[in-house]
Amino acid sequence: MIGRRWWVPWLWLAPTLVLLGVFLVYPSVDTIRRSFLDTRSDSWVGLENYQFIVENPRPLVADTHTALMNNVLWMTMFTMFTVAIGLLIAILAGRVRYEAVAKATIFIPMAISFVALSVIWRFMYEFNSDIGTVNAVTTGVGGLLRDAGMDSNLSEPTAWLQNDGSPQTLVTDAGPDDLPGPFQINNFALITVGVWNWAGFTMIILSAGLKGISTEVLEAARVDGANEWQIFRRIIAPILTPTIVVVSTTLVIQTLKTFDLVWVMTGGRFDTDVVATLFFRQAFVVGDFGVGAALAVVLMLFVVPIMLLTIRRFQFQEEIR
Amino acid sequence: MATQPQASGRPLTVLVTSLKWLGSRGMLHLALISLMVLWSIPTIVMLISSFRDPSDIASSGWWNVFAHPFDFTIENYKNVLDARGMWQSFLNSLVITVPSTLLTILVAAFAAYAFAWMRFPFRNALFLLVVALLVVPLQMTLIPVLRLYANLTPGAELPSFDLPVLGGTIGGGKLFGKESFVGLWIAHTAYGLPFAVFLLRNFFGALPRDLFESAHLDGASDLTVFFRIVLPLSGPAIAALAIFQFLWVWQDLQVALVLLGLGDPDLHPMMLSISTLVGQFGTDYQLLTAASFISMIVPLGIFFALQRYFVQGILTGSVKG
Repeated sequence: MIGRRWWVPWLWLAPTLVLLGVFLVYPSVDTIRRSFLDTRSDSWVGLENYQFIVENPRPLVADTHTALMNNVLWMTMFTMFTVAIGLLIAILAGRVRYEAVAKATIFIPMAISFVALSVIWRFMYEFNSDIGTVNAVTTGVGGLLRDAGMDSNLSEPTAWLQNDGSPQTLVTDAGPDDLPGPFQINNFALITVGVWNWAGFTMIILSAGLKGISTEVLEAARVDGANEWQIFRRIIAPILTPTIVVVSTTLVIQTLKTFDLVWVMTGGRFDTDVVATLFFRQAFVVGDFGVGAALAVVLMLFVVPIMLLTIRRFQFQEEIR
Repeated sequence: MATQPQASGRPLTVLVTSLKWLGSRGMLHLALISLMVLWSIPTIVMLISSFRDPSDIASSGWWNVFAHPFDFTIENYKNVLDARGMWQSFLNSLVITVPSTLLTILVAAFAAYAFAWMRFPFRNALFLLVVALLVVPLQMTLIPVLRLYANLTPGAELPSFDLPVLGGTIGGGKLFGKESFVGLWIAHTAYGLPFAVFLLRNFFGALPRDLFESAHLDGASDLTVFFRIVLPLSGPAIAALAIFQFLWVWQDLQVALVLLGLGDPDLHPMMLSISTLVGQFGTDYQLLTAASFISMIVPLGIFFALQRYFVQGILTGSVKG
C-alpha cells in the first residue's frame, strides 16, 4: 500500500456511491416511509397498509394472501427443481463426450428474455391441441390410454395458464377440484417455464464445482468398492454442498424478483399473482402507493434472512482469504 | 465408468458386460439426450413457427412441417421489421444497452479497485452494504426514482439538447425521465452496480500483491496501475460482466416500462415492443415468434462468442469468492 491523500479512495468510489445512494438506498428508505402513508402519500396512516396485506379485505382486486402464498411456492418449488435438474445434468454431462453440446443446449434458454420466453410458452401452452405442443402431447397420451381402456381427463386439452384447479384434476376426477393455497395447475405451468429458463445457470455453476473434485479421490473410492450412489452420497454431495447453497441463495433472490414472466404470461390473473406483480399493479395501475410500498417492504423482509446469510458467508470468506 | 468392457472372449462375459453397459451407460445417454431434446423443443418450436405461413400456423401444429418440408416463408420477419416498427426498436435496444453496459463496467471497476487495493475507513462495512444491495427488489426503487425523474424533467433550467442517434433522439429536450434514454442509461448502470462491484472486487483482489508494490515503487500512479495493469489482466472478469450486464439490460422490461413509459412507440426498446405485440396480437404467433427470435439473436451471438469467458466469469463471482 502506498501513501495516498485521505480523499483519494473516496474519489474512486464516488460515482458508485452516488448512483447506489440515489437509485437503491434512497428509494429503499423512501419506500419504507411511504408504506406508512396513505394512497397518495399525503398523510400518515400508521400500520393500515400492512393491515390491508394481513387482512386481505379486497381479494377480488388485490389478493395479498394469494400473492404471498404463490411467492412461497415459487421460492420452494422453483428453487428445488432448478437445483435438482441442474445437478442431474451437471453430473450426467460430465461423463459423456458431447458434454459441450449438452451444456450449450441446456444453457440457451438463459439467453432468452422473459418477454420472448412468454411468447414461446404461451404458444407451447396453447389450448387448441392442433397447435399447442403441450396439449398435443397430453391429449395424445390421453387418447392412447383411452384406446387401452383407461378413461382419464387427459384426453381433453387444458388451459394451462388459466386453469387454477388442483393438479390431479388433469388426470382424474378423484380428489378435490381446488386445493387450498397456491397448488394450482397454472402456477406449476409458470414455474415449469422458470425452471426451463434457469436450469442452465445451476448446471454451469454446479458442474464447475464437480470439476473441482479430484478424479483420484473418486477412483480410490471405486477401487475400494463403492458404488455410484455411495460415491454421490458420501463424496460428491458433501463437497458440492457449499456450491449448492450459493446457487440456491441466488435462485431464491431470483424468485423474489419474479415479475416479468408472470406479468407477460398471465398478468397475475387466475390467482397467479406474486408479490412483485401485485405490488406493480397496486402502485402503477391502481395508483395506490401506500399498499404498493407496504408490499415492497414485505418483499424486502423476505430478503432479510438471505441478506444475513450472504453477509455471514462473506465474512467467512474474508477470514479464509 | 461403472463398468469397463473386459478383455475376455467368453460369450457369457461379453453378454453380461454389454447388459451392464446398457444398464449404466445406455441409461445415462438416454436420460441425458431426453433432457436435451426436452430442453430444446421450445426454442425449435419458436424457430420453426417464425418461418411458417400465418394460415398454417393457425390451423396446424409445428410438427406438420415435417410432412411438408421447405414450405417456409420469411414474410413474418419482413412484417415484423417493417410494419410493426421492430427494426427501430432493435436499434433502440442497442442504443440503450451498449452505453449502459460500458458505463456499468467503468464505474464498477473504479469502485472495485478502491475496495480491493486502497485502505480507508469503513471499507469492509461499505463493501458489505454494496453486496447487501444485491438483494433489494428492483420494483421497490421504481416509485421514488420515477418521482425523482418527474421532478427533474419539467424544469426549464435543465440543459436542453437533441442528439440524433440512429433514427431516434437522445434527450429530446429532456435530460431525464420520459422520452429520454439518458435516464435509462444511468438507471441501468446503478441497478447493475452491486453485482458488478462484487464480481470485479473479487477478481481484482485475487491479483498478486507484488504486481502493485513493484509498480508503485517504480512511481506509477493509481490511474496508471488501473489502466495499464488491472484492466488488461481482468479481461475474463470484465468480459463476463459485460455479458451479464448486456443480457440483463437487453432483457429488461420493467425499468423501460416505468421510466420510458408507453407514450412514444419510436422510443420503445425491443422488449417493450414485443410485450405490446403480445397485448395486441395475442395469438398471431407467427409475428410474435419472429419478433422474439430477432430479440434473441444479439444475446445468443454474444453468448456464443464469449462462452469461454462466461463460464470462467461465473466461477470468479460465486464459487471462488
